[in-house]
Amino acid sequence: MAGLDFKAPEAKEQECAIAVAHNTRLGVLMFVAYLALYGGFMALSAFWPEVMSRPFLGGANLAVVYGLALIVAAIAFALVYLNLCRKAK
Amino acid sequence: MIHEASWMAVLVFVFFAGVVLAISFYLGAKAKSAKGYFAAGGNIHWAVNGIAFAGDYLSAASFLGICGMIAFYGYDGFLYSIGFLGGWIVALLIVAEPLKRLGRYTFADALDNKFNSRAIKLTAAISTLVVSIFYLIPQMVGAGALVQPLLGFPHAVGVIVVGLLVTMIVVTAGMVSTTWVQFIKGTLLVLLCAIISVMILFRGVTTKPTDAAGKELRILQRGVQEAEVTGKLGVTVLPEDGTWVGKPYLRVQNTAGVVSVWRKDVNGLLSEAQTLTVLKDGKKLANGLPRGKNKGEGDLLPVGYASKLPGGVEKTGPLGPFAFLRTMQDSEVIQWSSEKIAEAGGGVTTVYFQKPTHGGDFMVPGSSPMFKKVRGEKFFDKLDFLSLMLALFCGTASLPHILIRYYTVKDQVSARKSTVIGIAAIAIFYVLTLYLGLGAMTSGTLDVTDSNMSAPLLARSFSEFLFAVISAVAFTTVLGTVSGLIMAASGAVAHDLMTNFMKLKMDEFQQVRAAKIAAACVGLLAIVLGILFAKINVGFLVGWAFNIAASANLPALVMLLFWKRTTKQGIAAAITVGMLSSLAWILLSAQAFRDVYGLNPADAIVPFSQPAIVTIPLGFLVLIVVSLLTPAQQSGPSPSSSAKQVQA
Repeated sequence: MAGLDFKAPEAKEQECAIAVAHNTRLGVLMFVAYLALYGGFMALSAFWPEVMSRPFLGGANLAVVYGLALIVAAIAFALVYLNLCRKAK
Repeated sequence: MIHEASWMAVLVFVFFAGVVLAISFYLGAKAKSAKGYFAAGGNIHWAVNGIAFAGDYLSAASFLGICGMIAFYGYDGFLYSIGFLGGWIVALLIVAEPLKRLGRYTFADALDNKFNSRAIKLTAAISTLVVSIFYLIPQMVGAGALVQPLLGFPHAVGVIVVGLLVTMIVVTAGMVSTTWVQFIKGTLLVLLCAIISVMILFRGVTTKPTDAAGKELRILQRGVQEAEVTGKLGVTVLPEDGTWVGKPYLRVQNTAGVVSVWRKDVNGLLSEAQTLTVLKDGKKLANGLPRGKNKGEGDLLPVGYASKLPGGVEKTGPLGPFAFLRTMQDSEVIQWSSEKIAEAGGGVTTVYFQKPTHGGDFMVPGSSPMFKKVRGEKFFDKLDFLSLMLALFCGTASLPHILIRYYTVKDQVSARKSTVIGIAAIAIFYVLTLYLGLGAMTSGTLDVTDSNMSAPLLARSFSEFLFAVISAVAFTTVLGTVSGLIMAASGAVAHDLMTNFMKLKMDEFQQVRAAKIAAACVGLLAIVLGILFAKINVGFLVGWAFNIAASANLPALVMLLFWKRTTKQGIAAAITVGMLSSLAWILLSAQAFRDVYGLNPADAIVPFSQPAIVTIPLGFLVLIVVSLLTPAQQSGPSPSSSAKQVQA
């Protein structure tokens, strides 16, 4: 059970207003971008459902491709955000 | 129920339960301080926390509900996956860092950081309790509903077992043991789904499914001439009587007196239907025979198969992940619809009839009863859909049992990293649910009466052992989520209400003791509610919890972070109005009229069922108006907040 007992090292990050402001701005910008992607999917589903049934990529319809793209985009956004976030100096 | 419980499943579950309890008691000694109990000492590694996020979030509704919805209706179940995952982007990009920076143990801590307001503490604690209880009820009822088909015990046993186990897990070591239970559950769930998905792809799609032993399953007939059915020796056609008059069914009785039902399709041919009759005295008939496994008894036949595959082949063989989706899109599958018919002599018959559906129809939004209105013309129906998707998107980042996980890691960097791990695990899981659902749709093992059983029955089509493991994991799934909910609720009672709002003088030991007593009480309440709500359709309560969380908590959290003019009165008012308005809207909706009151949904007061699209903006509006009407406050850390706070 010793393996369950490991502790993360002590906190190294100190608060820094510049880093916080940068990360907040980055978060909001990326959120707006993802919201546009998500909103586009929902708007198409609600108002133009026939568009969603059209073949789009390799024979798969737009609903399948767009839905999977939203999931892949979530992982991609998360990784990009993690890398662009500034750590406090 | 076309399947039997498995003792192997009971053994596997007992093993899982034993492991998590052993871990809880082992870790119990480490949770003596308030920080240890409420936030696992802030020492959980970000990678563990990330998987625990997945274990906390992926409830039985996610696992069994979404798989079942995809298996029965196709793409529409995947819409929930997209919405649930999208919510994590809000959590990562907007909420994670400030919440970790501003809070200590609970969601109320973060909201109250600037103000030290009793009104905020009270409203945030009540909102946490309401959302947690609303989320808890379907989990507990789900535990009871699962335990019977999966493990073979009555409903109340499932509820009591889950309630007691979770209470023990939470009371022994609080957030420490909760974290490890969620970590184990998250890992098991994703791994198991991955293994089954690979098996589905290797098996491919066939029009002649077999069981685990390789025996071909019976395909119910379609395209049969009426003369073929009625011309058989000894068969009597029953007259249309009572409510059968005018219905598109032909009922025939054989020499043994067994009645079978055929549906008259639009092409004039017949297709074999299945019936489940509940007689006046409560006895059940399945396809005309007393329901049971003994001689002279019968049960509904398992269903779920492709009727036409691309190129007219019988079997595709192994498929790649993308080719599998394309094959499903180009295939025709037999889906099932149902109709209830009141019998003249009392009792009700549910007729399940075949509905051949092309992939072009079920692989796009709008093929399920839940979302079919999205293909209609009514504007309010479309708003209802958009409102639900908005609630899923905004609700995740406002669920108290998710938010408290941010306090178990040491700093903001760890909060971000763990959210990314959580997103990756949850995203993989949701992609896998698409394969699981579509795999179940063509596995030949579906139970027409219970979509929630689709994933376990899919596993049974591969092997009995896999069924046992998936049944035990499904039950363990409930433990992870319920422990998170009880943890959030006990924190709201002991930390927010007793310590911060009522200002009860308690040292660390007394605070932890109060929290443990609160957890035991919430656990007991969960058991009682789980038994009381057993007969009520509670699936919609998850949607309600998301709506209330999004409407009550998100406006307050976002405006606190991004609008400096926000006042404590504004926050308290936004939480109160968001919570009450979403609750009131839900109680006046068509869904509540139909599912809760048993009234005509057309008489509902509000124009559509899902409130988020109205009540989230209302929460923002109330916060802005009240903040502008009340004096701006000097921001300063409250006594309970960290001295290192920085304005966002």
